[in-house]
Amino acid sequence: MIEISNLTKIYKTPSHDVLALDKVSLKVNKGEIFGIIGLSGAGKSTLIRCINMLEKPTEGSIIVDGQVITALDKNELRGSRQKIGMIFQQFNLLSSRNVFDNIMFPLEISKVPVNEAKKRVSELLEIVGLTDKALVYPDQLSGGQKQRVGIARALANRPKLLLSDEATSALDPQTTKSILRLLKDINARLNLTILLITHDMNVIKQVCDRVAVIDNSRIVEVGDVLKIFSNPGTPTSRSFINSIVKQEIPEELLQNNGRGQLIRVSFIGDSAGEPIISSMIKVFDVKANIIYGNIDRVKDTPFGNLVLELTGADADIKEAIKFLHEQGLEIEVLHNV
Amino acid sequence: MFDLITAIDLNSFFVSYFGDNAWMPQKLLVATWETIYMVAISTFLSYIFGLVLGIILVITSKNHISENKSVNSVLGSIVNATRSIPFIIFLILVIPLTRILVGTSIGTVASIVPLTLAAIPFVARLVEASLKEIEWGLVEAALSMGANTWEIITKVLLPEAKPSILLGVAITTINLIGYSAMAGIVGGGGLGTLAYYYGFQRYQYSIMWITVIVLIIMVQAIQMIGDRLANQASNKGR
Ligand SMILES: Nc1ncnc2c1ncn2[C@@H]1O[C@H](COP(=O)(O)OP(=O)(O)OP(=O)(O)O)[C@@H](O)[C@H]1O
Ligand SMILES: [Mg+2]
Repeated sequence: MIEISNLTKIYKTPSHDVLALDKVSLKVNKGEIFGIIGLSGAGKSTLIRCINMLEKPTEGSIIVDGQVITALDKNELRGSRQKIGMIFQQFNLLSSRNVFDNIMFPLEISKVPVNEAKKRVSELLEIVGLTDKALVYPDQLSGGQKQRVGIARALANRPKLLLSDEATSALDPQTTKSILRLLKDINARLNLTILLITHDMNVIKQVCDRVAVIDNSRIVEVGDVLKIFSNPGTPTSRSFINSIVKQEIPEELLQNNGRGQLIRVSFIGDSAGEPIISSMIKVFDVKANIIYGNIDRVKDTPFGNLVLELTGADADIKEAIKFLHEQGLEIEVLHNV
Repeated sequence: MFDLITAIDLNSFFVSYFGDNAWMPQKLLVATWETIYMVAISTFLSYIFGLVLGIILVITSKNHISENKSVNSVLGSIVNATRSIPFIIFLILVIPLTRILVGTSIGTVASIVPLTLAAIPFVARLVEASLKEIEWGLVEAALSMGANTWEIITKVLLPEAKPSILLGVAITTINLIGYSAMAGIVGGGGLGTLAYYYGFQRYQYSIMWITVIVLIIMVQAIQMIGDRLANQASNKGR
């Protein structure tokens, strides 16, 4: 659906040039929810804004649904933009229009006949659950409701792609959840491709199929969300995951710990780790002390993390770890005492 | 009445303008009406041009939807130059133009020319300020939907800036009342002429005070209407 190759963006400012994107290449498949995560200033917004050419790339090309967006003239670009929806952190609703007319706006631009457009708006209001707010003005809506209007507006022209620039960053966790649920629902119902950017790993965890980690203007890791959660390949990815799945073991625990070998066991899916661990204890002559544990869900799959202290003879511990490996668990040796 | 006079002989103009026998309240009424007429028409005309100019100033500015450095700086300089001329000098400078346009440089209709011309750059800057207050995100949202420049102006910039533009209209109108009184002193008609002729030239201070009171009432009324309209525009549905 999206094919970005060698995308470079340099902002020219009077004092110096800012390299915001450095030869970024990325593919987003049709129908998936793709997340881009990165710290503030990493270049996320720049990247997503290049996709509908709100920002003009300095170099590189972007293909959206077979169309080379970066090569279009002004007129063609306007046509293509009608088929790419976008939602924003600050919602960007027109305060001069009520909810109904805000959703009507893109349909006016694409010159949909009024009667048809009105019907479409009613449909959209239903999809986002705001039928009763049709005549209300944006300043009387909560943040979550505003974003629902934003989503309805972005869907009005039946886009094939939805771009979301930190759409939930101004919302509380509860509202974020409900907006993400709505996005997931739309994605499934309309087979709409969604590209979202965020600095919040929770967002990625809740809805994304795949994720790209962007750091310092570069994409440092791309892959399946579950895979990156269980086995982050870069320090940046690791720190994002740590931000929501506490993997760092509190310093005191490490100090109080006397003899054993600390390992971290990660497991994904229903092959929950505990039965394997109890059979390990039975088979090998080691003791396992659970120091820290947590089970979370990534998208819809359980994802767990245990930190164990293994005590016993060195050889037995080695064997035990090997056994866990063989059972398909992800093991990391944390600390040798 | 003013077509009778062609030369700038102010004194005889004042005499023939008011006559000496007319009843004072009637003179006051006529003068008030002339002021309203003069100010209303020049406000209207200055907005026709000033709105367009203000919009062009905004959309051609840096990083805006029709960025155009040369257009922007040329228009900007013209606006600044006109705005830096004191109105009283401006009045005299445009006399030749007024003569060409109206046929005379004295009287209510003639005053509309300098009033409008002086107000246009002022209005342009007010409109520019109003439009620049609009959050850029709204323009971007419209761009992301494929809106063209015209749609952004008519569907985003102007409607969103409406409350602030309405306040600007009130400010402009009030300024023009002041300017019209100045124009009145050099034969522009309206309350300015009345105050000057009776109050200053004939030492009838009571007349001067009465015109001042009428002016105060006018200004208050316009500000009130402006505030109310702006409020209505920004608090829809409440
Ligand atoms: N218009 C601009 N002019 C100059 N520099 C810019 C501009 N926009 C962004 N930048 C710079 O480009 C870099 C990337 O910015 P970008 O907005 O893409 O980051 P981001 O990942 O979206 O960050 P955040 O999470 O804070 O939104 C930053 O260093 C930023 O300062
Ligand atoms: Mg950003």
